Amino acid sequence: MNAANYLYISALLFTIGAVGVVVRRNAIVVFMCIELMLNAANLSFVTFSRINGNLHGQVFAFFTMVVAACEVVVGLAIIVTIYRSRRSASVDVASLLKR
Amino acid sequence: MVTSNALVYLIALPLFGSVVLLLAGRRADKWGHLLATALPAGSFVIGLTELLAMLGRSPQERSVTQKLFEWISVGNFKIDAGLLLDQLSICFVLLITGVGTLIHIYSISYMSHDPDRRRFFAFLNLFIAAMLLLVLGDSYLSLYVGWEGVGLASYLLIGFWNQKPTYATAAKKAFVMNRIGDMGLSIAIMIAFATLGTVSFAGVKEGAPQASTAALTAIGIMLLIAAIGKSAQFPLQAWLGDAMAGPTPVSALIHAATMVTAGVYLITRSNFIFDAAPTAQLLVVIVGAITLLFGALIGMAKDDIKKALAASTMSQIGYMILGTGLGPVGYAFAIMHLLTHGFFKAGMFLGAGSVMHGMDDEVNMRRYGGLRKFMPITFATFGLGYLAILGVPPFAGFYSKDHIIETAFNAGGIKGIIIGSVALLGAGITAFYMTRVMILTFTGAPRWDEKAHHPHEPSILMWLPMAILAIGSVSSGFLLSKGDALVNWLAPLFEYEGGHEVELLKPIVVTTLALAMVATGIAIAFIKYARGNVAQVAPVNVSVFTKIARRDLLQDDFNEAVFMRPGQGLTATLLKTDEVIIDGAVRGVARLAVGSGSLLRRTQTGFVRSYAALILIGALALIAAIWVVTF
Amino acid sequence: MINLAIEVGQTQNPEAILFWVLGPLSVLAALGMLLVKKAVHSALLLAWVMITLAIFYIAQDAPFLGVVQVIVYTGAAMMLFLFILMLVGVDSSDSLTETIPGLRPIATAAALGFGGLMLALLSRATLGRYAIGLEGANADGNVQGLAHLLFSTYVLPFEVVSVLLITAALGAMVLAHHHRTTQRPTQRELSINRFRTGSLASAAGLAGPGVFARHNAVDVPALLPDGTPAPTSVNASLKARGDVIDSSNFQLDNVDTSAKEEK
Repeated sequence: MNAANYLYISALLFTIGAVGVVVRRNAIVVFMCIELMLNAANLSFVTFSRINGNLHGQVFAFFTMVVAACEVVVGLAIIVTIYRSRRSASVDVASLLKR
Repeated sequence: MVTSNALVYLIALPLFGSVVLLLAGRRADKWGHLLATALPAGSFVIGLTELLAMLGRSPQERSVTQKLFEWISVGNFKIDAGLLLDQLSICFVLLITGVGTLIHIYSISYMSHDPDRRRFFAFLNLFIAAMLLLVLGDSYLSLYVGWEGVGLASYLLIGFWNQKPTYATAAKKAFVMNRIGDMGLSIAIMIAFATLGTVSFAGVKEGAPQASTAALTAIGIMLLIAAIGKSAQFPLQAWLGDAMAGPTPVSALIHAATMVTAGVYLITRSNFIFDAAPTAQLLVVIVGAITLLFGALIGMAKDDIKKALAASTMSQIGYMILGTGLGPVGYAFAIMHLLTHGFFKAGMFLGAGSVMHGMDDEVNMRRYGGLRKFMPITFATFGLGYLAILGVPPFAGFYSKDHIIETAFNAGGIKGIIIGSVALLGAGITAFYMTRVMILTFTGAPRWDEKAHHPHEPSILMWLPMAILAIGSVSSGFLLSKGDALVNWLAPLFEYEGGHEVELLKPIVVTTLALAMVATGIAIAFIKYARGNVAQVAPVNVSVFTKIARRDLLQDDFNEAVFMRPGQGLTATLLKTDEVIIDGAVRGVARLAVGSGSLLRRTQTGFVRSYAALILIGALALIAAIWVVTF
Repeated sequence: MINLAIEVGQTQNPEAILFWVLGPLSVLAALGMLLVKKAVHSALLLAWVMITLAIFYIAQDAPFLGVVQVIVYTGAAMMLFLFILMLVGVDSSDSLTETIPGLRPIATAAALGFGGLMLALLSRATLGRYAIGLEGANADGNVQGLAHLLFSTYVLPFEVVSVLLITAALGAMVLAHHHRTTQRPTQRELSINRFRTGSLASAAGLAGPGVFARHNAVDVPALLPDGTPAPTSVNASLKARGDVIDSSNFQLDNVDTSAKEEK
C-alpha cells in the first residue's frame, strides 16, 4: 500500500474545493469549500508525517485545525452580518468594486 | 621683468566711462559724450607715458607686465589674469586710443542729432576697453575675453539703429560670422592647453620648440580661422560689407582701424607658433593673397561709398595677413601697414561721413559729383588718404605696401613670384577703384539736384580729426620706416637679427613695378569716368564680371546655398523629428499605458468569484514556474 | 470460512481495502457537495467527507488527530454551519445558471490544470520513497509524542494560536452584536401600544401557551373563542408548506360533554 495514494486523494479534494469556491454563489457553500481545501491540506500533512517518520506533520495539522476553527467562527459571523443588512446570502451581491 | 600698476588704468578708464553712461541713463545725456571722449584721451596719455618710459629702457627690458589676479586654478590648469605691454602692444594701444579719441571727438558732432548719442558713446567706450584688453592680455585666454568683447561691441554698434530690420540683421550676420572665428580661437586654446599645458604667451613661446609640428600646425590653423573671422578675410568676409549699416564713426573705428586688425595682431603675437609650422604659414599667405584680390575686385563694382571703402579695407587687411605669413621680417611690415592703414582708412571713412552729412545721408556715389568745390577740407583730407592708400611716395602707404610686396617676392621660388605678382595686381586694382571713388565723388559735374542738397563743410569737431588723421597719412610711413625704425623696434619680439634674406628683385625694381601698376590703374579709371558721362543710375547691361562683382563675387549666394538653406533644412528636420519621433514616443508611451489600463480594467468585475478564479490561475502559474525551475 | 478469512487477512493489506473503499467515496461526496442545489445537502456531504478523513487519520497512526477531527470539525464546525444555514434560510438554493460569462470553463480548466500539476508533482516527489511509518515516533503513544513536540519545539505557535482563539471569539461577539438604535420599550409603553393598536381582545395580552390549543401537535392550530383558528399558533413554515391539519376534528362539539354523575 503506497502512502502516496493519500496524497493524490488530498490533491483531488483540494482541487474540487478550489473549483467550488469559484463556481458556487451561496456564501455558505463557498465557505464549506474552503473548509474542504483545509481538510485536504491536513490529510497531506498527516500523510507526510507518516512518510517522514516524525510527528511534525501531525502537529501542523493540529494547528491548522485550530486556525480553521477560528476562521469558521469569524467567517460565519461576517456572513450573518452581511445577510442581516442585505437580506441575501449570494456572494455576487457584494460587487461594489466593479469598474 | 618690469612691472607697473598703471596698465590696468588703460582699460579701466574707458570701461568706467561705458558703465557710467549706461547706468546713468537719460541724466547723462548732457555730459555723457564729453566724459566718454575724455577717458580714452586719458588712456592715450597713459600710453604715451609708457612709451616714453619704454624708449628710455634697453630693448630687453621694454616689456611691462602687471598681474591683476589669480583667475583660474583647476588641477594643472593655472591662469593668472594679467596684462602685458611690450613693443607690439604699445603700437596698438597708441593706435586704438589715439584714433579712438579722434573719432570720439568726430562723433560728438556727427551724432549730435541722435537722441541716443549717450548710448552710442557708451558702446564706443566699451569697444575701446575691450580692444585694449585684447591687445594687453598676457595669455590667450585674456585675449579671448577682449576678442569676445569687441565682437559684442561691434554687434551693438552695427545694429545701433536697430529700428531698421536690415541693420539689425546686418549686426546679427556680423556676430554669427565672427562666432565661427571664435570657435577657432577656442579650439586653438584647447589644443594649446592639451599639448603645452599652458595658454599664456610666455608659456607657449617657451613650450613651442618641444611640441610636435602637428600640434603647432593645428593651433596655427585654428588661430588663422579666428583671424579670418575677425578680420573679414576669405571665406568669412561677407559680413564686412553689411557692417556698413552702422554709423560712420563705427565704420571708421571698428571696421577700418582697430577691430578688423585684431586678426593681424593675433597672428603676429603667435609668431612663434607660425614660424614653427610652415604649413600654417603657407595657409596664411594663401588666405591673405586671395582676400587681397577678392576685396579689390568687389571694390571695383560698388557704388555705395562706404561699401567701396569696406571692400578696400578687406583688401588692405589681406595685404597685412599676407605680410604676417612671410616670416620674421614680414610681421614688422604687416604691423607697419596696419598702423599706416589705421590713419588713412579712418581718415577716408571720416571723410565719407562728412560727405554723407553734407549730402543728407546719401551714400550712392553716382549721385555725388563735383563736391570738391563745396567741401574743400574734406576733399583735401580724403585726397591725402587716397594718395596714401595708392602707395604714392612719399605718403604713408608707399612705404608699408611696397615693403610687403618686396618681401613677397623675396619669399623665394614659385611661391614668391606668384604672391608678389598678386600683390602687384592688387595694387593696380586698388589704384583703379580708389581713383574711381575720388572721381565720382569730388570731380566732374554735379549729378545731384542743386535745390535739394546743400553740401557744406562740417563743424570743426568733424574736420579737425580728419585733418589730424591726414597728417598721419602723410607722415607716418616715412617716420616708421626711417632707418628701419619700426622693424628694429619690434625686432626683439620676432627674433629677427636684421639684414635681408635673399633678394629676388632689387627694391627699386619693385617700386618701379608698383608705381607702374598704380599709374595704369589711375589711367584706366580716368578714361572711364573722368570724361563726364557717368550714369546716375547703375547701368544694367554690363558684363557678367561686373554683375558678379556687384554681387560680392557671389559669396553671399554661396553661403546661403551651402550653409544657410541646408542649415534651415536641418533645423526643420530636427524639429519634425522631435515632434514626430520623440514626442510621438512619449505620447505613445502614454497611449500604451492608457490602452493597457482600459484593457486591464475589464478584470475588475467586482465579483469575488472572478477574483477567486484569478487567484487559482495565479497559484497554478506559480507552481508550474517553480516546477520548471527546480526540476 | 475462518481459513478464508485468515487467508484474506494475511494476503490482503487491510489498509489498502480501507483506502480503496473510502477514498473514491470521499471524492464522490466532495463532487456531490459541489454540484447539489440545496445548501443543506452540501453541508451533510461535507460532514461525510470529514468523517472519512478522520478514518484515514486513524488508519495512518494519528488516532488523536482523528478523534479531534470528529469532535472539532465534524461535530462543532459543521454543526455551526448547519446553524447558520438555518438562520439564513434552509430553503436557500442557487440557480444553476452562471451569471458571470466564461467563468465555469475557466474555472474547470484551471482546476484540471492545477489538479494534474499537483498529481504529477506529488508522484515525482514521492517516487521511490517508502513510508518510514510512525512506530518509532509513537513509541510512547501518539498523544505523548504529540505533547512532547507541542510543548517543546512548537510552544510559541501554541501560545499564539491560543491568543488567536480568544481573538476569534471576541471578533464573533463584536460582529454579531446588535446595537439598538431605539430605546428598549418599557412595559408601560408596550401596554399603551397594546391598547392603542390592535383589537381590544388582545389588549390585556395574549393568552398563555396551550390555553386555546385543541391538540398538542405542532401542526394543529389553536382555536380562538369565536371558533376561528389562531393564525399565530402554527409555525409560518408549516403554513407555507401546507402542513396544517384542520382543527375542526378536535372541536369541543365532537367531544362528549354529557356529564355523567359518578355514583
